[in-house]
Amino acid sequence: MRNKILTVAAALTGALCLTAVRSDSAEAAGTTGGKGSDRKTITVGFSQIGAESGWRTAETKSIRSEAARRGVNLKFSDAQQKQENQIKALGAFIAQKVDAIILAPVVEAGWEPMDFVAEGKMAGEWLAGKLNGKGNVVELQGTPGAAPALDRKKGFEEALKNHPAVRIIKSQTGEFTRAKGKEVMEAFLKGAQGGGTKINAVYAHNDDMALGAIQAIEEAGLKPGTDIIVVSIDGIKPAFEAMLAGKLNCTVECNPLLGPAAFDAVEAVLAGRPLPKKSVVRDRIFEQSVAKEVIGSREY
Amino acid sequence: MSERLSTLMPARLRPLIWPLIALAALLLFNGLFTEGFARITIKDGHVYGSLVDILKLSSRVMLVSLGMTLVIATAGVDLSVGAVVAIAGSVAAKLIVQQQIGLPMALAATSGLCLVLGAWNGTLVGWLGVQPIVATLILMVAGRGIAQLLAGGQIITVESSGFSFIAGGHFLGLPFPVTMVALMLLLTVALTRGTALGLFIEAVGNNETAALFAGVNPRAVKMFAYAFTGLCSGMAGIIEASDIKAADANNAGLYLELDVILAVVIGGTPLNGGRFDLAGSLVGALIIQTLTTTIKMRGVPVEYTLVVKAVVVLVICLAQSPELRKLLLQRRASA
Repeated sequence: MRNKILTVAAALTGALCLTAVRSDSAEAAGTTGGKGSDRKTITVGFSQIGAESGWRTAETKSIRSEAARRGVNLKFSDAQQKQENQIKALGAFIAQKVDAIILAPVVEAGWEPMDFVAEGKMAGEWLAGKLNGKGNVVELQGTPGAAPALDRKKGFEEALKNHPAVRIIKSQTGEFTRAKGKEVMEAFLKGAQGGGTKINAVYAHNDDMALGAIQAIEEAGLKPGTDIIVVSIDGIKPAFEAMLAGKLNCTVECNPLLGPAAFDAVEAVLAGRPLPKKSVVRDRIFEQSVAKEVIGSREY
Repeated sequence: MSERLSTLMPARLRPLIWPLIALAALLLFNGLFTEGFARITIKDGHVYGSLVDILKLSSRVMLVSLGMTLVIATAGVDLSVGAVVAIAGSVAAKLIVQQQIGLPMALAATSGLCLVLGAWNGTLVGWLGVQPIVATLILMVAGRGIAQLLAGGQIITVESSGFSFIAGGHFLGLPFPVTMVALMLLLTVALTRGTALGLFIEAVGNNETAALFAGVNPRAVKMFAYAFTGLCSGMAGIIEASDIKAADANNAGLYLELDVILAVVIGGTPLNGGRFDLAGSLVGALIIQTLTTTIKMRGVPVEYTLVVKAVVVLVICLAQSPELRKLLLQRRASA
């Protein structure tokens, strides 16, 4: 009757951890549906960070709809951006004897390392190419301490090491929101104007901040996408709309539609099939030229 | 020296002297040491620069602080203002984008709803005697949830030139929100100082029982203060959504209540109620925004931002403490 807890800790994509809690016998899993059918319903706990951006909402939606499609009993818990809530949620899931836990970690420390670094690198390489290896960049960071913010900064800086003439002249947090992204960009623009420096490009850790920065650039009488290059990460639908309008130059997609991959992994673990330690959903880079073809397929 | 300085000022401005000195010091520091801060240019027929940004960005805190000042003067507090801001943004965006009702109707409906939300707080505090922190905490928590539900967890983008004018437009060369703050300030001053209402608010804040026996209706006074704060928060929510041309229920007005309470306190309205200073609250709001803009323009590393902000606020609060000033003067006299 004792539960054997397998911590597979598979970092699925840049953002998900999967932990399978395996039961020795069917009755140990008190939450199983049963109802006399051969195939028992599996119960999966999903601990989400919160709903700070459209990306998270899309991720939650993907997990939920995939669970519904596969007939999985999903227990959802929102950590509201706090690690302690997440730890409590995991405890609760284990107490409820779920079969597996899917985890979108709030902070990196203590969990599995993720692949946000690669996204930052991709954005940095692309931007250095676009600027022909020379220019002043301002950076809009995510929420201080959050894994995507730390790693997207790190990856971007790594990429720029090979391009010493591309300099990050200012870097501030826009807290992943449109309003703060706009506010910080307004301050950057005025500082640069007064100091006689020219901002050639903006690198935002997510699309929402880039969308805010675009408004600030427009209000300063400049053309975003032309006068100032704008590059960001996530690939949400409004970003593609901005690319179609020529205001955003490029977005690196970090795909939130993780549901199918996550449940494939859950089923593999429960069936005792081997699973790679880390499966990463590939991030892609989208430029203005392809925005038109891709926008129709955007769900979020 | 400060005593002598304050006697030179008109009596009405005397309590404002410390917040004003703090604001002047911040502006002076920036003017001297922050590149591009003092620069003001004319762009498309309106003024453009950091100082203008400060006015525009602080308009939300200023609007809400007008109502909050009155609530605090009744010895209460309203924690739900940030949540009401989020609701206002979501409701306005939904009405304009999904219901496609005209802009004036949408704004009137949103303001009306926020007035009702404020009245809900007023009912809990005034009629049912729930402690203000507890009563408004309910709406603070539930309100953001309601806003998220309304928006379906998404950011609703609003494409309407009329709607974006509210935060992005200009009147008399200045950002339009400045006009809104000026009008609301006039209205608030007229209501509180032009009538006996201000006196009633102070009476309730000082001693509710005494006020009751003197013929003041504390319930009605509190109801007014909370409902008025709801209305102010609604207007701030409309400005916030208009500014980014979208309603972001997760982040709109987040932690706004803390900035607003700080603005009111820096402005010289004591948290235990009994008296209030509307102009002081506006100066307090300007101090907070100037500080934020300073940090952003000077490139203070992200990890230090909150500490820097806290230190400056601490210095301002200490400078305002009469006890501390007395202590320092005594030490100087004895030395």
